[in-house]
Amino acid sequence: MTLASILIQLLNGLAAAASLFLVSAGLSLIFGVTRIVNFAHGSLYMLGLYGAYSLIQFFGRTPLGFWGAVVLAALAVGLVGILIEVLVLRRIYRAPELFQLLATFAVVLVIKDIALFTWGAEDLVGPRAPGLSMAVEIMGRRIPAYDLLLIAIGPVVLGLLWLLLTRTRWGALVRAATQDREMVGALGVDQAKLFTSVFFVGSVLAGLGGALQIPREPANLELDLAVIADAFVVTVVGGLGSIGGAFLAAIIIGVAKAFCIGIGTVTWFGVEISFSKLTLVVEFLIMALVLVVRPYGLLGKPQAAQRAAEPAPRLQVPSWTFALVWLALLALVPLAADRYTTILLTDIVCFALFAVSLHFIMGPAGMVSFGHAAYFGIGAYAAGLLLKRFGLPMEAALLLAPAIAGLFAIVYGWFCVRLSGVYLAMLTLAFAQISWSVVFQWDSVTGGSNGVFGVWPSAWLADKTAYYYLALVLCGAGILFLWRVLFSPFGYALRAGRDSPLRAEAIGIDLRGFQWAAFVLVGALAGLAGAVYAFSKGSISPSSISIAQSTDGLIMVLLGGVETLTGPVVGAAIFTWLRDAVARNTEFWRAVMGGVILLIVLLFPQGLVGGLKALVARWREQRA
Amino acid sequence: MAAAMLQVNDLHAFYGRAHILHGISLEVRTGEVVALLGRNGAGKSTAMKAIMGLVPPARGEVSFAGQRIERLPPYRIARLGLGYVPEERRIFTELSVMENLEVGRQAARAGVPVWTEEKLFKLFPNLARMRERPGGRMSGGEQQMLTIARTLMGNPSCVLLDEPSEGLAPIIVEEMGNSIRALKGEGVSVILCEQNLHFALGVADRAYIIEKGQIRFGGSMAELAANDSLREQYLSV
Repeated sequence: MTLASILIQLLNGLAAAASLFLVSAGLSLIFGVTRIVNFAHGSLYMLGLYGAYSLIQFFGRTPLGFWGAVVLAALAVGLVGILIEVLVLRRIYRAPELFQLLATFAVVLVIKDIALFTWGAEDLVGPRAPGLSMAVEIMGRRIPAYDLLLIAIGPVVLGLLWLLLTRTRWGALVRAATQDREMVGALGVDQAKLFTSVFFVGSVLAGLGGALQIPREPANLELDLAVIADAFVVTVVGGLGSIGGAFLAAIIIGVAKAFCIGIGTVTWFGVEISFSKLTLVVEFLIMALVLVVRPYGLLGKPQAAQRAAEPAPRLQVPSWTFALVWLALLALVPLAADRYTTILLTDIVCFALFAVSLHFIMGPAGMVSFGHAAYFGIGAYAAGLLLKRFGLPMEAALLLAPAIAGLFAIVYGWFCVRLSGVYLAMLTLAFAQISWSVVFQWDSVTGGSNGVFGVWPSAWLADKTAYYYLALVLCGAGILFLWRVLFSPFGYALRAGRDSPLRAEAIGIDLRGFQWAAFVLVGALAGLAGAVYAFSKGSISPSSISIAQSTDGLIMVLLGGVETLTGPVVGAAIFTWLRDAVARNTEFWRAVMGGVILLIVLLFPQGLVGGLKALVARWREQRA
Repeated sequence: MAAAMLQVNDLHAFYGRAHILHGISLEVRTGEVVALLGRNGAGKSTAMKAIMGLVPPARGEVSFAGQRIERLPPYRIARLGLGYVPEERRIFTELSVMENLEVGRQAARAGVPVWTEEKLFKLFPNLARMRERPGGRMSGGEQQMLTIARTLMGNPSCVLLDEPSEGLAPIIVEEMGNSIRALKGEGVSVILCEQNLHFALGVADRAYIIEKGQIRFGGSMAELAANDSLREQYLSV
C-alpha cells in the first residue's frame, strides 16, 4: 500500500465512523440512565435515513432543503423516541430488565413495518449533498467533500455532548442517574422526565446518524438490525456509558473496516486472504479481542448493580405425568390433523427445544445470550453439509450435528463465560454474527446467501407425519433432559452461581467451569433443534443463523416468561403459530406481532405463563 | 405543643417476602431532633426508606406537612421538603462536590431555611476546600458531610439522617454533632437513626427505640438516660 492509499482509507474510515459514533453515543446515553438495552435504536437510525430522504424530496435539493431535512429528520426521530419512552417503556421500568428488552424487540418489528408501509421494500438512494457533491483532491486522490464534512461532524458532536454533560444541570443529573438513579429520585428529581429527555437526546443522535448517511448509503429495511449490531459493538468496545469510549471505538472500527475494503485480496505465503470479505467480521473480531483483554471495554468501568436483586422465584419441578400426557397428546395430533398442521407442529417442536435451551442459559444459568441462533444455525448447516458435501447418511448427519454445534460452543463459550451481564450478551451476539458472515460469504462450501438445498431425510422419514414423530421424540427428549439437568447438583450449582457468584465460588463451586459446561450443553441441544429443523424444511438459509433468528428465540422465551420452565415452550408455540397465521393474511405480519407482544408486555409483565399463574392465584384467593 | 410535622401510623414494610416493619408509629414535631435507636437489623433503615417511599409501605399511613405521602414516589416526597441522607452515603463518585450539590438543588420553599452552596460551606468548611474534587476521591467523613449538604440543597423542612456517625473518627463525629445542632438551630427537624447512644444523647430531644420492627419505647432523652434496664434490653450489644 502506498502512503496515499493508506491516507485515503483512513479518511474513508473516519467518515464512516461519524455516524457510527452518533448512533452509539445515543445508545450509550440511554443505556447509562435507563439501563435499557434499546434494540430499537437501530430502527431509529433507519427512520432518520428514510425521514431525511422524504424531507429532501419535499424541500427540494437546495443546500437549505438538504440540511433542513437532515435536522428536521433527526428531531422527528427524537419525537418518536419520546413516544416509545412514554407509551411503552415508562410503564415497565419496574418490570424485569429482560422484559424491557422484549418490548424494544416489539418496537423494532412495528417500526420495520411502518417503514415498509410508508416507503416500500425497494432501496431508496438519496441525493448527494447540494453544494458538497464535488471531490477534494488529496495526494492525487479524490475524496468527496461530504466525507470531509462528516469527519469534522464527529468531533463537533463529541464536544457538544461533552459540554452538555459536564456544564449543565441536565448533564449532572444524567451522570448522577447513570450511577444511582434511585438516589437521584430521593433528591427530588422526577426520573420519568429525566428518562424522557435522555430518550429524546439519544434518539436525536440516532436519527442524525441516519440522516447524515443519506448521500452515502441507500435507505433500506435491513438497516435496523445491522445498525444495532454495529452500535452494540461500538458501545461495548468503547465501554458502556462512556461517550469518549464510543468515539474512540467508532474510529477504530470505522478505520479497520475501511482498510479491509481497501486492502482487498492479498496473497501471503501462497495463501489467498480476502480482506474485503473480512469487513463483515472485523468489528466483531475487534470486540471479542477487546472484551477478553478489557472486560468493560476500552474506557468503561465495572457496572454497579443497579437494582436490589429480587430473589428469583422458585422453579417448580416439572411434573413428569404432566409432561408425558402432553407428549401423548402431541403424538395423537397427526391422526386428526392435515399435512399443513403437521408441518407447523414440527416447526413448533424444533423451536420449543431452541427456546428451552436458550431459557436454560439465560434463566437458571443467568447468562443472557443475544446470539443463540449461532448454535441453531451451526447445527442446521452441519447437518446439511455432512449430508451433501460428505455424503453421510441422514441419520448420522442428524446425530453428529449437535456435536459440531457443541464444539463451536466450546470455543465461543470459553470467551463468553469470562464476562457477565450486557457484555456477555453482546459477545454472544458477536460470535453469532461472525458465524453468520462466514456462512454468508463462503459460497463454495455453504452456498453463501442461497444456502444449502436438498437436505431431505431418509426414505423412512420422508412422510411428514413420520418426520413429525422423529422431531417430537428428539426435541421432546432434549427438553425433558434439560429440565431434568436443572434439578441435578449441576443445575443447583448454576442457579447458586447466578444468584451469588461470590458465595458460590466460596463454597467451592468452579463457577466458570460449570457455566462453560452449560454453554456447551445448550449449544449442542440448540444444534439438535437446528438439525431437526433443517431436515424438515429440506433447505437451509443463512437466516437460520441471523440476528433475527436470535431475537425470535429471545421473544419466545420472554413471551412465555423466564420464570417458569414451561414458559419457553408456550412462547415458542404461540410465536410460531401466530407468525404463521398472521403472515398468511397480511404482508405486515411484523407490525401485528409487535403489537401483540407490546400488548402482552403491558398487560402481563411476568410473561404469559407467569401472568396466567398470577391470575389463577388471585382468582383462588378471591374464592377462598 | 407544636403540631406534628411528620406522623407515622402503623407502618408495615417488606423486603421481598421478609416482613421487616411490624406496624411502627412515631411523630416528629417542627424543629425537633428525634433519635430512632436500635441494634443492627432492628429495622431503623427500613423505617426511613419506607417513610421516603424507597421501600413501598405495605400498610399504614405516613403524613408529612399535612399531606398523606405513603403512596407517593420518592421524588414527590422529596419535593414536599422531606430530605433523606442514606446510611451508605451514595455520593455520586464521578461528580465533583459542586455537581453533587447541584443534583440536590430544589427551589426555595416558603417558611423553610434556604441553603446555598456558600452557606453550606460555612457549615462544612472542609467541603469548601475541595469544590472540584470528584466524590469518589474523598474520605468517609468528607463524603458524609457532602451527602448531608447535598440533601440540604433541596431546602428540606425535615431530614431523615441514617446513622451519620457510623464509621467516622471521633473528631468527625463531634463535628457531625455540631452540624446537627446547627440544623436544629436553623429550624430544620431531624430524625436520626443511631446505634451510638452517646452520640444521640448529645443531639436529640426525644427518642424511640425500635426492636424487631416494632417501637418499644418513646420518650424524652432524659427518661431514656434514667432507665438502665431499657438500655440494657434494647441497645447494649
